[in-house]
Amino acid sequence: MSRARWLAVIASAAILALGVAACGGSSESTSSSGGKTESESGGAPSAEVSGEIAGAGSTAQQAAQEAWIAELENANGGATISYDPVGSGGGREQFISGGVAYGASDTPLSETEGELAKAVKRCGPGELVEVPNYISPIAIIYNVPGVEELNLDSETLAKIFNQEIKEWNDPAIAKDNPGVELPSTRIVPVNRSDKSGTTENFTDYLSKVAPNVWTHEVSGEWPVKGGEAANGTSGVVEAVTAGEGTIGYADASQAGELGVAKIKVGSTWAEPSPEAAAKVLELSKEDPELEGGNKYVTAFEIDRKTESSGTYPIILVSSLIGCTKYKSVEEAALVKAYFEYAVSPEGQELAAEQAGSAPLTEALRKKVMPAVEAIEG
Amino acid sequence: MSSVDTTTNAGQLLAAASGGRRRRGDRIFSNTAVIAAVTILALLAGVAIFLLSEGWPGLTASASELPGGKTFIEYVAPLAFGTVLAGALATVIAVPLAVAVALFITHIAPARLALALGFLVDLLAAIPSIIYGLWGIFVLGPAAVPAMKWLEAKLGFIPIFEGPASTTGRTMLVVGVVLAVMILPIVSAIAREAFAQTPRKLQEGAQALGATRWEMIRMTVLPFGKSSVISGAMLGLGRALGETMAVTIILSVSGAVSFNLISQANPSTIAANIALNFPDSSGIKINALIATGLVLFAITLVTNFIARAIIARSNVQ
Amino acid sequence: MSAPPPDSSGFQPELATAGAPAAGRLLGGGASAGVLPDWAPYGVVAAALAFCAIVLGALGIFTVALMLVFGALLAVAGIYAWSRAVEGARRAKDRAITMAIVVAFGVAMAPLISLLYEVVRRGIPGLSAEFFTEDARGKIGGGGAEHAIVGTLIITAVAVVISVPVGLMAAIYMNEYGTGKLRRALTFFVDVMTGIPSIVAGLFAYALFELFFGPGIRMGVMGSIALSVLMIPIVIRASEEVLKIVPNHLREASYALGTPKWKTITKVVLPTAFAGLVTGVMIATARIIGETAPLLVTTGVVDSLNTNPFSGRMQNLAVYAFNEYRSPGIHKTASYDRAWAAALTLIAIVVILNVIARLVYRRYKTEIR
Repeated sequence: MSRARWLAVIASAAILALGVAACGGSSESTSSSGGKTESESGGAPSAEVSGEIAGAGSTAQQAAQEAWIAELENANGGATISYDPVGSGGGREQFISGGVAYGASDTPLSETEGELAKAVKRCGPGELVEVPNYISPIAIIYNVPGVEELNLDSETLAKIFNQEIKEWNDPAIAKDNPGVELPSTRIVPVNRSDKSGTTENFTDYLSKVAPNVWTHEVSGEWPVKGGEAANGTSGVVEAVTAGEGTIGYADASQAGELGVAKIKVGSTWAEPSPEAAAKVLELSKEDPELEGGNKYVTAFEIDRKTESSGTYPIILVSSLIGCTKYKSVEEAALVKAYFEYAVSPEGQELAAEQAGSAPLTEALRKKVMPAVEAIEG
Repeated sequence: MSSVDTTTNAGQLLAAASGGRRRRGDRIFSNTAVIAAVTILALLAGVAIFLLSEGWPGLTASASELPGGKTFIEYVAPLAFGTVLAGALATVIAVPLAVAVALFITHIAPARLALALGFLVDLLAAIPSIIYGLWGIFVLGPAAVPAMKWLEAKLGFIPIFEGPASTTGRTMLVVGVVLAVMILPIVSAIAREAFAQTPRKLQEGAQALGATRWEMIRMTVLPFGKSSVISGAMLGLGRALGETMAVTIILSVSGAVSFNLISQANPSTIAANIALNFPDSSGIKINALIATGLVLFAITLVTNFIARAIIARSNVQ
Repeated sequence: MSAPPPDSSGFQPELATAGAPAAGRLLGGGASAGVLPDWAPYGVVAAALAFCAIVLGALGIFTVALMLVFGALLAVAGIYAWSRAVEGARRAKDRAITMAIVVAFGVAMAPLISLLYEVVRRGIPGLSAEFFTEDARGKIGGGGAEHAIVGTLIITAVAVVISVPVGLMAAIYMNEYGTGKLRRALTFFVDVMTGIPSIVAGLFAYALFELFFGPGIRMGVMGSIALSVLMIPIVIRASEEVLKIVPNHLREASYALGTPKWKTITKVVLPTAFAGLVTGVMIATARIIGETAPLLVTTGVVDSLNTNPFSGRMQNLAVYAFNEYRSPGIHKTASYDRAWAAALTLIAIVVILNVIARLVYRRYKTEIR
């Protein structure tokens, strides 16, 4: 009797194991034939590469990276790339420690925590490569019944998010929105609860354009207490949608049906668009401090205060981080092929389709290509 | 009852076992048990060494290096407060309900229904926390908004319902309810197990003396199951205190220290704060996050101490 | 589980008559021999709900939720009043508490059922044959989740294989052998272990493997180790609880027959506790199978199938669902569908495991008298 009991345990364990094995058995065939060459868009580079590499970093880039990886794997049956969306900080850390072949970060490597120097050291004897590859406009989304259009100048925007303006019919909002009937609803600013590049870019914008109002330190962590907070872009979008009188910031591609406020650029009202976002980066100057004299590092100081028409300065710029030399030529070739594809017009187009990013302009692409070409694959 | 076959087994064994073999068998078995125990201590020592070595720089970091320019104590205090608040809220809601569920299944529902319900409850213990999070944000949160507005209007004089009521439903109250739903199956499964094991002779004796069902439950089942219920509640509380995904998805955190359960400004919890900030942190800030993990340890320890003390006292009586 | 005691509606009339003299002291003065009809509880509930519906309707604030809340309160009060008038105070209390327990049960089950319903409703659109038979390699914005399903099974199975022997033996040690310091230390530290936040378990597993394999290491078995850290204390706590309930007279009877201790444990104690142990292990397995946070930092993310837990990244359902929810890209609906489908699959796996455990339980449950 008691033996029968233990037999039953063993039997059920065996069933479980068999189940696993059965799944495993059936799938080996899938994985070997996994690299189906069904590359219809034909955008991937033609040179055949193979091997396995891993990258890690920005969650903002996740959807785009997944698409690039799928295309590259389609064109190269022997190549496997995995991208771990651990967050920008994690991506930088893993790249520096040599854990991954490439990283992706929403903020460039900087000297403040010695990351730049460490990254250069990691790549020795090769050079460090850092190229912007992903631009995404950040939209100011709001949910106020009856308000279809909304203009907010930088001062007002900063005051709203600083919880100094508390009601929608505040005169500061009304003066820029003639003819719009603003309700007396309480304003509920929604911010990211997780530390993120989106928050860092948005607060950077606020501190540059409204330095008198926004005196907080620029950081990925939201500095103001007492607002509504939500996890991730999808969380912010859901909170703004679910609440009333809410206003938040999120990747423009995720705004969906929500109202998108226009912000003041120079003397015009600008709304987020891929072109306007990419144009800001074109107008921005490279930041010598962030580049640290490395010839293959391209890092911009984003021109938040631009007054040119047709620009939208609340953008997030995310970069790929790699080396010119790797342990094997095969690995280098795969990284190179991947970087090339990511910044190619086809790759950028694919990212725009899948992730809603703003494609790099031709001028920008020319600027970053030498760094990608320098990878010795 | 199995004593019939177990005793015959034992009888056969007596015939078979010689003194030497018995002692060797005992030694091997008890040594294996000790090895398992030591393995666990080693594993925990590993975790502790990891936490201490990684957390130490964070514990001792100066205010300027930590997020928000606060000292570590200032940084962790609101988080600890939020953790305890969420855990306590969840436990207070879940335990009475879990006991009711266990009693219903063991003593009220018809046998066949009870079996199916027991199965259902076990199943619910297994739902991943991320699903509870999604349910909280898509279903319960929006549904709770009118209820919270009502609480603000009618019971606003009580500090915990002071408001202003959140319009999105991402409040501590909703988190407490979601955590309660999460831990309810765990607590009730353990309570059920103990209630079902209440010796039948006690129950029948009580009824033979003319006790009603409730009196029988109160006099035999509840005292018998008490230590299991407390133990289950602690297991549930442990899960609620350490719950990460559901809290990060649902709660609107803003570092406030407040008992107000229905507003948008809520304290974060330690586990949620780690999950929210870990991915994008680097350097000393990671050490600080791991150090907050140590604090969570301490909190769990204290609650367990209290529980053990309660169980010990009730056993003495 | 023990059969519930005889249903009161069949048992009580007897008690009211035959038991009356013996219980007279308890019953006090106000005892009356009347008995409510069998349909009384149902009738009271129906009447209470109908009354609330009408009143709320008349006030113009009718909602199903309000009707249920007030109806439940009214029903408890109603059955108490009626029973007190007919059957006396003790029976009234019994009936009221019974109804309160049923109501509490309903309150507890409502969110759980709503949750199951939502997962099934939202999960079905994302299910397809492809979801179970293909991985996501080379598929833009889609593909199946076979790699994640297989990964979840392997990672969990390895975690169970590690945790159950260690946890069970430790529980046996604590309950049957343990004396003095080691036992107290173990009790204490198992308590500590239940407090390890899941993400810390993941970070610990990563740090451990980093020591031996260098930075950036990702393997399925790392996730299993992280899950074991979470699972072991649950197995111990649940097993300890069940072992404690095994009556001492069984052990003593066995010793009296000269059975060595280890055989007493394996042949008497464990078989008696068997059903409870299986439930405990199932709870523990279920608790970890959907863990997300520790796997985020240990098993890596990959879109191809990997069946070897000791080499290379391994996807799993929880992380898969989380990623699909967090970064849906432009095609939000498709991504959310996949997230919910993964959640549904996870629950389905748990159901299958539970059915197995339940069958074992039914076959081998032991009643302790």
